[in-house]
Amino acid sequence: MIIYAIAFYLFAAVAVASGTMVVAARNPVHSVLFLILAFFNAAALFVLMGAEFLAMVLIIVYVGAVAVLFLFVVMMLDINFAELRQGFMRYLPVGALIGLVLLAELILIGGTWVFSPDAEIAISDKFYMSGEVTNAHALGLVLYTKYAYLFQTAGLVLLVAMIGAIVLTFRSRPGVRRQKISAQVGRRVEDSVELRKVKSREGV
Amino acid sequence: MEAMLTEYLPILIFLGIAVGVAGAAIGASYIVAKQRPDSEKVSAYECGFEAFGDARARFDVRFYLVAILFIIFDLEVAFLFPWAITLGEIGLFGFWSMIVFLGVLTVGFIYEWKKGALEWE
Repeated sequence: MIIYAIAFYLFAAVAVASGTMVVAARNPVHSVLFLILAFFNAAALFVLMGAEFLAMVLIIVYVGAVAVLFLFVVMMLDINFAELRQGFMRYLPVGALIGLVLLAELILIGGTWVFSPDAEIAISDKFYMSGEVTNAHALGLVLYTKYAYLFQTAGLVLLVAMIGAIVLTFRSRPGVRRQKISAQVGRRVEDSVELRKVKSREGV
Repeated sequence: MEAMLTEYLPILIFLGIAVGVAGAAIGASYIVAKQRPDSEKVSAYECGFEAFGDARARFDVRFYLVAILFIIFDLEVAFLFPWAITLGEIGLFGFWSMIVFLGVLTVGFIYEWKKGALEWE
């Protein structure tokens, strides 16, 4: 159990430190790399809590896809970050004000935080916590039946994201010659090859 | 819970060794090696040429579209894993619940296919 405590404080400390570095790093590419480190540490914390499936999904989805998107934008976009930083002192009051409002909101939420009475039952539920069923198994038992509406809503959200991305970014460009596989496969010998009798000493 | 965490102990040890080796390699070269940087040594080396310019440039938004579509189907697959494990226990309702979910996403998939968003001339 001592290893558990050491691992928890190690991962938590690295997560907080890399979260700070995301904000503080001068190079935005370094910020994204620190963000990936923070994701990994959060995944390790999930594992320590016994939520294996969430940990693996965090790595697959956030590290494998979302962070790559961020890196993509930060590395490729033509933004002069040194120029962006110039107005720091001018925007400091507004930024500090927004930060204060957010902090107040967080404190208010933290003050009124109560645990749901169901949470007690769920934690004490020997079936889920005893390790007899795996994490993904326990999730699957309720996700598709008890929480079917939320599950379908997630599907609709993904659909909206897909269509929204296409509507916003897709431009069909005219004059592009696409490969038409059906036309290629459907082509016949008669359409394309012509046999001609060529007399000797004459051209076609 | 305990047993599960014990299974992760090799990964923790592996992580410790990885961090140790990486730290030792970088730290040793930092401490032991002589460091006398000059402007030629620290400048970017690009096959003998002068560096052409900044790596940042405008690029086509279609790369981003492909990445977003990848994320969406990545999430869809992530939902399939618990379903596949528990299929025997959640019954017909659970089965059709997932089929409807997949159907909704298939509508989007057909839309993007017909729209030509997957094509790359």
